[in-house]
Amino acid sequence: MPLALLSIITRHWYDIRDLSNLSGAIEDRIADAGGPDWLIYVVSALLGAGGIVAFIGGVAIINIWVERRVVGRMQSRLGPNRAGPFGLLQPVADAIKLMQKEVLQPRTASGLIFTAAPIMFTVPGIFLMAVLPWGRNMVLADLDVGMLFLLAASSLGALAVFMAGYSSNNKYALFGSMRVIAMLVSYEIPIVLALLGVVLFTGTMSLNGIVLFQEQYRVPIVMLQPLAFLIYFFAVSAELNRTPADIAEAESEIVGGYHTEYSGMKFGLFYAAELINAVVASAIISTLFLGGWWLYKLDELVPGWMIYIGKIYGVYFLFIWTRGTLPRFRIDQLLAFAWKWLTPMAILNIVLVAAEVLIWEESGWSAGLLIPVYVAANGLIAVALIVAFVRLLAPKFQRFPTRLRYYDEIAVPSLPATPAGSRPA
Amino acid sequence: MIDDTGITVAFYVLAATTVICALMVAFVRELIQAVLFLALSFVGVAGIYVVLSADFVAVVQVLIYAGAVAVLMTFAVMLTPAADRHNSETPFWGPAAVLAGLVLAVIVFVAYDTSWRLTGREAFPATAASLGEAFLKPYVVPFEVASVLLMTAMIGAIVLTKDEEDGADA
Repeated sequence: MPLALLSIITRHWYDIRDLSNLSGAIEDRIADAGGPDWLIYVVSALLGAGGIVAFIGGVAIINIWVERRVVGRMQSRLGPNRAGPFGLLQPVADAIKLMQKEVLQPRTASGLIFTAAPIMFTVPGIFLMAVLPWGRNMVLADLDVGMLFLLAASSLGALAVFMAGYSSNNKYALFGSMRVIAMLVSYEIPIVLALLGVVLFTGTMSLNGIVLFQEQYRVPIVMLQPLAFLIYFFAVSAELNRTPADIAEAESEIVGGYHTEYSGMKFGLFYAAELINAVVASAIISTLFLGGWWLYKLDELVPGWMIYIGKIYGVYFLFIWTRGTLPRFRIDQLLAFAWKWLTPMAILNIVLVAAEVLIWEESGWSAGLLIPVYVAANGLIAVALIVAFVRLLAPKFQRFPTRLRYYDEIAVPSLPATPAGSRPA
Repeated sequence: MIDDTGITVAFYVLAATTVICALMVAFVRELIQAVLFLALSFVGVAGIYVVLSADFVAVVQVLIYAGAVAVLMTFAVMLTPAADRHNSETPFWGPAAVLAGLVLAVIVFVAYDTSWRLTGREAFPATAASLGEAFLKPYVVPFEVASVLLMTAMIGAIVLTKDEEDGADA
């Protein structure tokens, strides 16, 4: 242990490398002044909640710029580069523009639901941050059932999208929200099964406990369960409604999906909530699969919350990457992917993990022996299953299709024959 | 713990939310709004579970009732014909009010008449783990029977809704 470096980290309140110093100093001050116990609880709750809301708000502003710049680079464009240095003030300009816009509401919309929907879409993402650990002692609510809390809070988003689509009284909005519901109902299953694998292996549903497990055995769960990681990543990027799976808004098909009728800051809230949800999903992935604030020896030198934010942005880059490079799925392809591939793979993963946990508990072999074996075995199985899927189950890839697929496979009753070389009027 | 001021305040706020939302379910005209108030009422009940330190039950309440059941109900409302989508005037409101009043009276009577046992036991340390132990050790047979029952219901639903005619290319 590098003692010389460790001694740099002090206990002063102004040392932001461990943020618990600051909150601890404030709580000590209250206790010294004879403040009652409940005041200390209230103050620490407000500090934690304020910190999370500030982080979420900051992230929502910054990530508009990050996302547009990165996607721009990937698509050989520059991205926003006019407002301020490197276009950094672009999100501010966007926000001011959105606030100034008139908030229109269709006359036939049902007002209360129409207004409540964007709020209810934003809130679960902020809720979710409450249970995620930011450092060894930095977690706002270390719930014993943290994993279930994640699932419960994220399932509320479906209802909000439905409210938005239904209350708009617009057929495109309703199409969008029905697509979202169908997608969420399908993708909830692989998500739950993939997370069940993590819970089964770590033996705890507390997110702090899962990070501590990864720290104790010095292995991030992504190495132990690559299959669960991939399933969760695909499924959650579908739930997030981002481009490979953004059939809910699909602006080239159904205008804007569930937020067709929204304008002004109500639309802005939907837009911000999608960015927030992407960051929250990145945070969940970094907690569950990448070790959260732990990173081998590095968390002794660098404060955990900085490592954690680094990991969040690493995963967020993957999300931007998929968004910037992949075309949109059709809804039948997307649902078939969930039911025909992700769900069976997730069930296989559960069986595998259960067998491994049983071997670990019953055989008495040490973790130092078993974990490398599991890492190797699960990695090989994941690769084998993906290759098998591509070779055996997926439709054959044709670089130059020799016939119109999906068109003459559908039995169209009687199309008028068009003469070659001419187009129907 | 249970006698704290904060807990008491939280209980009354949650109880008021639950009851007011439940009343709105009955009084609101638009059926979709009624479903959404029902979801809010479920969330209030989940909050009461939290106050009773039953965190697992609370989270499952939100997950299943506010998440799944509410979405299911919105689907049901969407699939009903548009004419039936509103709480319209009905001649049955009188008998319904009498019936609801009787149910309320019975519940209030039972609540007052029962001599509730108060134990000085601490809050459950970890309800999720102990529930899991209970399900998979002493009560494993009822648990499995229930899952078979759900499986039967699911297969029954698939069989009932399956269209006979497109069996060839489905």
